[in-house]
Amino acid sequence: MQRSLLINPDICTGCLQCEMACSFEHFGMINPSKSVIKVFEFHHDGRKVPYTCTQCAEAWCLHACPVEAIVINKETGAKVILEDVCVGCKVCTIACPFGTVNYNHDSGKVMKCDLCGGDPACALACPTGAITYVDSDWTGLERMRQWAAKTDSRPKAQA
Amino acid sequence: MNYVIIGNGPAGVIAAETLRQSDPQDSIVLIGDELEPPYSRMAIPYLLMGDIQEAGTYLRKDANHFRNLNIELLVARADKVDPTNKKVFLNNGKTVNYDKLLIASGSRPVAPPITGMNLPGIYPCWTMEDSRHIMKLAKKGARVLQMGAGFIGCIILEALASRGVELIVVEMGNRMVPRMMTEGAGGLIKKWCEKKGVKVFTSTKVEAIEKSGNSANPLKVKLSNGESLTVGLVISATGVRPNTEFLKGSGIVTDVGIKVDETMQTNVPGVYAAGDVAQAQEFYTGAQMVNAIQPNAADQARIAALNMAGKSARSQGTMAINVLNTLGLISSSFGQWMGVAGGDHTELVDEDNFRYMHLEFKDDILVGATSLGLTQHVGVIRGLIQGKIRLGEWKDLLLKDPTRIMEAYLARTQGSNFKFAA
Repeated sequence: MQRSLLINPDICTGCLQCEMACSFEHFGMINPSKSVIKVFEFHHDGRKVPYTCTQCAEAWCLHACPVEAIVINKETGAKVILEDVCVGCKVCTIACPFGTVNYNHDSGKVMKCDLCGGDPACALACPTGAITYVDSDWTGLERMRQWAAKTDSRPKAQA
Repeated sequence: MNYVIIGNGPAGVIAAETLRQSDPQDSIVLIGDELEPPYSRMAIPYLLMGDIQEAGTYLRKDANHFRNLNIELLVARADKVDPTNKKVFLNNGKTVNYDKLLIASGSRPVAPPITGMNLPGIYPCWTMEDSRHIMKLAKKGARVLQMGAGFIGCIILEALASRGVELIVVEMGNRMVPRMMTEGAGGLIKKWCEKKGVKVFTSTKVEAIEKSGNSANPLKVKLSNGESLTVGLVISATGVRPNTEFLKGSGIVTDVGIKVDETMQTNVPGVYAAGDVAQAQEFYTGAQMVNAIQPNAADQARIAALNMAGKSARSQGTMAINVLNTLGLISSSFGQWMGVAGGDHTELVDEDNFRYMHLEFKDDILVGATSLGLTQHVGVIRGLIQGKIRLGEWKDLLLKDPTRIMEAYLARTQGSNFKFAA
């Protein structure tokens, strides 16, 4: 059973534990600027929205990569950057219409959510349950797709 | 079905793989005229930098990839296409027959029309072979002059600088990357390069190249500003042009590139084109344009291959998206970055920190953008433009602070009480 991150912004307090856990998991340091999950704060209505890669089926990043440095992890379904293959050209960062692939100046490579190999640190760290890691069917994968489709500008294929 | 693909760059390779997914039995022949396995020209700067070896540029890393997919790689150049008899004539005297043909022959550098271009020590930076020549001459301390500061020129600057050469850049336009960046951004990139020790001449032409008589720097380059410079290597990066000449007389309609419809089919049924060589409808204007960028090649290849395989796929229009790293300064541009009639824009300039953001709108829809120093969530600009997301009250917020693009997207695509799976 494939699993997905389920994000419920309504119960996010903006504590940034997810960002800290993410940066620690991937870079061994507590530094939200290195996190690939990001909490956006909307001051006018007090909303906090954690946001990261949806591991979308279209995989724009993967298809745009000129050197095959983005692959699908067969167990988690995550689109994963192979750091030793990535040349740092950043084409994936402009190809992803969701804005969830970022360039890391320090490493000269790109970074994105890899679901931590199946045990996402952000979900573990979230104290309110705003971020959970659950079976994809159960999260309403369909709803995710609808949401993705709203902004989907890719060529429509009818097989 | 017999599929033949001319060109083994990203478009050719992705199309071949897409065709194979559609049918395990069909014959697929992929023709390329370079000796290397299919590789990415985009990776060449990183080869010049020494970050990767040649194998690191290969589009597919598994040496048996094409064999495993039963895709036949043919090293030859297509000299002629005969759509009446469905044949491709190769430069080795052989012909291949096709039922459906994809032309993904890419583009090649245009040499500027100046005297002396045939002297030794002048190279474009386009093929693997070019990069080998450049690596031999661009040694530490060498004087290198680069003609052209467009997209490719700017990308290879960093590679050359990292090799420790003394760099001089000569660009005809009034700024760097004039066809991809606003005046403000191009000006800042020039300032950045000069700060990094690169000599940049803009609004300047190379008028001639001669032998200098000096063995260390055998080339003398005469500039339109009256200066003459002696250098050891000249890199010509003055633009590229689609490879369409071999289609002369074939009946396949070409303009700048090969004209295709939204299924990537040319005027000749069963003949398709994709990537740098294709001239397809632009997303916003509807005008036909050649969009020589990697993501476009990937998209068009997939669309072409699906249609060739009898499925239905349509392009919603191609859009220019570019990202550039010029000596460590990251820039990007999207869509109608130059603005549209009746539109309006906002610009944020922080010259001291080389931060820049310029957004172009039509009504409350984002249609184009240029940025400097933006590396986080930059792709959402594409999402906003191609999704034609109505910004509503967020347009005013963006006019005041154009860096809030990610928030604008989230606010306008997710209502409150909305859960989503990430």
